[in-house]
Amino acid sequence: MSYHYNTGCSLNNLKGVREFIRRSLDGQEVSDLELGAIVLALDEMCSNLMIHAHHCNPDHFIALNIHIPDKGKFIFEIIDDGSMFDINQFQEPKLDNLVHEKRKGGLGIRLVKSIMDKIEYLHEGGKNVCRLTKTI
Amino acid sequence: MVHIKRLQEDGADIIAIVGEIDASSSIELDLAIAKSVGEGYKKILVDCQALEYISSAGLGVFMSYIEELRDKNISFVLFGMKERVLNTFSILGLADLLNIRENKQEAKKLADELSL
Repeated sequence: MSYHYNTGCSLNNLKGVREFIRRSLDGQEVSDLELGAIVLALDEMCSNLMIHAHHCNPDHFIALNIHIPDKGKFIFEIIDDGSMFDINQFQEPKLDNLVHEKRKGGLGIRLVKSIMDKIEYLHEGGKNVCRLTKTI
Repeated sequence: MVHIKRLQEDGADIIAIVGEIDASSSIELDLAIAKSVGEGYKKILVDCQALEYISSAGLGVFMSYIEELRDKNISFVLFGMKERVLNTFSILGLADLLNIRENKQEAKKLADELSL
């Protein structure tokens, strides 16, 4: 099964992203907590991309694909043509440092790495593809 | 979309969050806490009963106030979180850095104890 969604890079569209994921995974026997965590991880990835690669320009678009090849296996792809922002290259800050420096960012990447099994970056047909895999 | 309401009860400022907090709406939470701290409240409770969702942008707001609240001796307690919202705090280990209680009564009790 596959689902597809396109959205402009306005942070106001994050709600639509979350609704798309919840709708697509409805009926997949995913617990409320697991679904919440998946929605959160994709929200974090999309907001990062919207902010850092597209400067929240609503005329720039990102695409989301969800593939469910087997029961309990989920592949999420976020596709865009901005500058690539590879979170695997990013050293997430320690919690103590965040508290001390009063930084409001940096937590999202830690969340995504905790929630997803695998995060890969590919370049396909001139586009960036971030592929996140999760098995439940 | 998020709505944030403030009301005062027994000398405590209660910040009630209704809806979802993400990168587009975390600024409203930030402003509400800043106002409450700025107005000099020594006990601040955050009512999360109607908080449906929080992303790292919202968590970051809470984190950014931890030191200021400590320095100003402000008791700061969150309460009434739904399990999936609490799970977001737990994944990052923030549940240990912040005071979180199940209901308002327990939150008030803790705030009173902390301000002794």
